[in-house]
Amino acid sequence: MSSELRVEQVSVVYPEQAFAALDKVSLTIGAKDLTVALGPSGCGKTTLLNLLAGFVQPSSGQLSLNGQRITRPGADRAVVFQDDALLPWLNVLDNVAFGLRLQGVSKTEREKTANAMLSLVGLAEFAQQQIWQLSGGMRQRVGIARALASHSEVLLMDEPFGALDAFTREQMQELLLKVWSHTGRRIFLITHDIEEALILASHLVLMTPRPGRIQESLTLDFNQRWLKGEPIRSIKSDPSFIRLREQLLSSLTAQPALREAA
Amino acid sequence: MSTLESTLVIPPEAASRLPSKLQWQGFWQRHQYLLLGLISVSALTFIWWLVTALELVPSLFLPAPQAVWNKFLVVSSQGFMDATLWQHTAASLQRILLGLWFAVIIGIPVGLWIGCNQVVRGLLDPLVEIYRPIPPLAYLPLLVIWFGIGETTKVLLIFLAILAPIIIATAHGVSSAGKSRQRAAQSLGATPSQLLWHVTLPAALPSILTGVRIGLGAGWSTLVAAELVAATRGLGFMVQSAAQFLVTDTVILGILVIAAIAFAIEIGLRYLQKRLTPWYSHYE
Repeated sequence: MSSELRVEQVSVVYPEQAFAALDKVSLTIGAKDLTVALGPSGCGKTTLLNLLAGFVQPSSGQLSLNGQRITRPGADRAVVFQDDALLPWLNVLDNVAFGLRLQGVSKTEREKTANAMLSLVGLAEFAQQQIWQLSGGMRQRVGIARALASHSEVLLMDEPFGALDAFTREQMQELLLKVWSHTGRRIFLITHDIEEALILASHLVLMTPRPGRIQESLTLDFNQRWLKGEPIRSIKSDPSFIRLREQLLSSLTAQPALREAA
Repeated sequence: MSTLESTLVIPPEAASRLPSKLQWQGFWQRHQYLLLGLISVSALTFIWWLVTALELVPSLFLPAPQAVWNKFLVVSSQGFMDATLWQHTAASLQRILLGLWFAVIIGIPVGLWIGCNQVVRGLLDPLVEIYRPIPPLAYLPLLVIWFGIGETTKVLLIFLAILAPIIIATAHGVSSAGKSRQRAAQSLGATPSQLLWHVTLPAALPSILTGVRIGLGAGWSTLVAAELVAATRGLGFMVQSAAQFLVTDTVILGILVIAAIAFAIEIGLRYLQKRLTPWYSHYE
């Protein structure tokens, strides 16, 4: 109970929309889970992430972390965005150390932590570079390092690899899994990419739109196989992976509201 | 494949000439605008000289370049109307710097406030939009009635001319902080004041500097015009009183100094913008 991130009967209704963005959604994210919310646009996964981050408030229901109600953004829930959201007037190291600086941690100490996090994401030698000198994938790594450095209890990731090319994306997925297993940090990630969801999640929730609901909840172990060194191609061509992928795809396209919209 | 190779082969005699030609091309590309600008300015000066040398225009209307240069030396050392060129320039610069100072310390906070708060925006936006399009010289007579013809009136006029562009640019700059950047900072534990200081203000800085640049341009032209009306010192006053005595070379000298200072301000601020906000050209 104590170390849980809980969503209880949460609904979000926007006045100008016919359907609720979220309709009585309940979800528990365990201490070492890598929970992935998968769904098409409009299924409420972004709303769910914004609720967990404290950027928006539910119309009804409540959210809590360690028994404490979530009512506003806080340093215990760091967010990684799709667009890097870094501060270009600071260099790489200062960006990673930014959260600690806000908390008043001394310069030597925060730079030590920041350097450690940069090593973790493979950017140790880029600490003094400027943000605009980095590629998209490297910026995303800085974003992850920044979120890790703040000692948050959960990383909330808003389609973090959506803007990257396919090769970089796969590298980043592997990096994320390594960071996850190395730090034991709880992660909640949203995506509309089925393969990404399957390969990353230890806990997958499938969301459907109009109104936004959790339709299915699965426990997966493809990420463990990848972490143990099995090649990504062999996992993705495994019949059980393919079956699950097609099953998720058909339950998404079976949505009447979705067909209507298409 | 073979045709491609043959086109790439450079004859030996051409190869020896290649470096210097390439160097010249590189030099030209780097400094193209500077060189072209120098050409047009020199051409204009030459035509000016030619017209006066051929005595096509009486020197009362258009004195020769060398006459203006001589006047520059004379006014620099001996002065015109009880003050040297430097004293006139200093008087003008002091006014604009004072006006700029007040416009910055009031305009930036007000702009940030408008940018961050919907209610403040709703209240102040109409006021700024009403006063901004009024040419400052239109309300100069009113300022003279209220504050006389002293320094207060001139500094206030400059202040008002610079203020509006700074407020508007700052408020606009606030929006360029970006929602996800602000939210990321909040989720790293930023308090509202930390958010303002560490995210909103730096993000708005490029826009603020653009506002200062536009404001100084407006302020400078307003200042010189204001000095035509009511002053005993300043570049505008110098030009105006020289014109009354038909000392045309001093008039032209004054105009050139006014132009040179405006140009220097513009270049300086562009340099400052590049130095302070190097990320700006790579982002947004």
